[in-house]
Amino acid sequence: MGKGLTMEEPLLQIRNLSKSFGGVAAVSDVSFDLCKGEVLGIIGPNGSGKTTLLNLITGFIAKDHGTVVFDGTDITRTPAHKISNLGLVRTFQIVRPYVTMQTFKNLIPPLFSPRVKHSERGKLGDRDAVAIDVLEDVGFERDAYVPYKLAGSLPLGYLKRLELARCLAMKPLAICCDEVFSGLSMAEIASLLPLVERLQSEGITIIMIEHRLRELFRVAGRILVMNFGVKLAEGPPAEVMKDKNVRRAYLGEEVKV
Amino acid sequence: MTEEVIRRKERLDRGIKVRSDTVYAVSSWREILFLLAPRAGLIFVLLIAPLAVPSLYWQRVICIMGVYALLAVGFDFLAHFVGLVSLGGALFIGVGAYLTGCLNHYLGLPPVFAICIATVGGAFICTLILLPSLPLKGVYFAIITFAFPIMIERIIVAANILGGTDGIPGLDVFSSTWLSQYSILAIVLLSLFGLRRLVNEDVGVVFRGVKDNDQAIRASGLNVTYYKAMAVFLSAMMGCFGGAYLAHLYGWVGTSLFSLDFSVFPLVATVVGGPGTLAGPLLGCMILVPISEMLRAFGALRVVIYSLIMVLFILFWSEGLLNWARRKYEQFEHWVRV
Repeated sequence: MGKGLTMEEPLLQIRNLSKSFGGVAAVSDVSFDLCKGEVLGIIGPNGSGKTTLLNLITGFIAKDHGTVVFDGTDITRTPAHKISNLGLVRTFQIVRPYVTMQTFKNLIPPLFSPRVKHSERGKLGDRDAVAIDVLEDVGFERDAYVPYKLAGSLPLGYLKRLELARCLAMKPLAICCDEVFSGLSMAEIASLLPLVERLQSEGITIIMIEHRLRELFRVAGRILVMNFGVKLAEGPPAEVMKDKNVRRAYLGEEVKV
Repeated sequence: MTEEVIRRKERLDRGIKVRSDTVYAVSSWREILFLLAPRAGLIFVLLIAPLAVPSLYWQRVICIMGVYALLAVGFDFLAHFVGLVSLGGALFIGVGAYLTGCLNHYLGLPPVFAICIATVGGAFICTLILLPSLPLKGVYFAIITFAFPIMIERIIVAANILGGTDGIPGLDVFSSTWLSQYSILAIVLLSLFGLRRLVNEDVGVVFRGVKDNDQAIRASGLNVTYYKAMAVFLSAMMGCFGGAYLAHLYGWVGTSLFSLDFSVFPLVATVVGGPGTLAGPLLGCMILVPISEMLRAFGALRVVIYSLIMVLFILFWSEGLLNWARRKYEQFEHWVRV
């Protein structure tokens, strides 16, 4: 746990974050704040630096410039696993299950992490049982033995849920979701959306990278638009989509005939 | 015109296997025996072996077999449960042997203490040496572990330290051949069953997670390098014990203990015995070490013959002996029409 928060201080403060890969500025000079319980959507065209931004925040890539403060702790130079232990966790755009294991065994590592192991929950009985509870919570039907199947045999919808479950097993303060809806059918999205809404109502702070705007706007209170690594606009969804620059970057120029 | 019949092999778990998977196994002797028989069989064969072999020479072979088995089980653990392909057998053996040699020769420690210190201390040194290369994967890690023993051997010869090319002679040897045989066999069994227990614990799941997907392990708040180092330490401990034991078996330490045989043989034993089973590599050693002794008459051709064995196994029987035996033991097969 961090040093605790006053009401005014945001949970996550990001200042002048920059990263370039050999001359290409993937993220340049991005700053924003995130309050507790808020849902921030990050949108932008392909290659605009959304995932890189997320990698920078969660410590998976080293930062060139800028600072990140989470829960009153400076995490600019903190290694990724320690950031996860502070309660800032992430999902991966390309799902990363342990395919050779049963699904519930996939949740043993997060339950084994120092954050959970040394908490009340870590001592509560068998980790397998806790893992199955967490999985059932995100929609793995225990009665149909889904948590017991090999993770490699599950369809994508379940694997995306598994990514979320891995985050939830950590008892996070904030989750960074990297395109949880991508590659899913409409039916799968429709069943996943209530889960995200429930996390929001439980007071978990969420950063969502998403291309599915309709679904994103249902949950996100604020949208950050990126283009070519730069923050293009920030604000409530309706306002942001009215922005001329955003329309140009996202939808293309309007052609007058 | 003949009708072509396409058939495939169907495999089903035996009832007794399914029943003995759960806690209900303890409810009947048959199920208990089903689980116990292979394990007890292995222990029995190993314990009876020193009494059954004809001569002192073959008793010595059992000791060597034990050392190779430690290396092979350690190799299998690192490669198939942590995802690190380590060819560091020679490094572990050499470091363990030289450490116990120094402790015994220069400080006059009795072998029991020297071996204990060399096991833990040597594993610590090996882990430190390999620490910078732990982020590497696959063949790159293998190359590094392969290079270190060659390097250390050359340093010892070139700088003429620790006895140089002559090595350190005149170490204390084991008081009896029985002690030497049963101590190594006990350690082999202890490490085998200990490791099997470990990989089924939660920390074992983390190890397999490191192998499958290290990024997900990082995202789960666990330090990948720490767990890799822990696994290397365990494997190195087994190797260093083997080295320290060899030093006191021969009563001598020399640069030949850094020989690449110690790196390559565990690999062959694992391929033959059955990768990913832990007991398989031990089985591989129990078969290959005696074969390799019997082939001594062929001189240099010996290497050709057991290289050929490995090639044949990789090409035609890559699952290895134990995986095959296990399948036969736990399942029945029959042909069905498609």
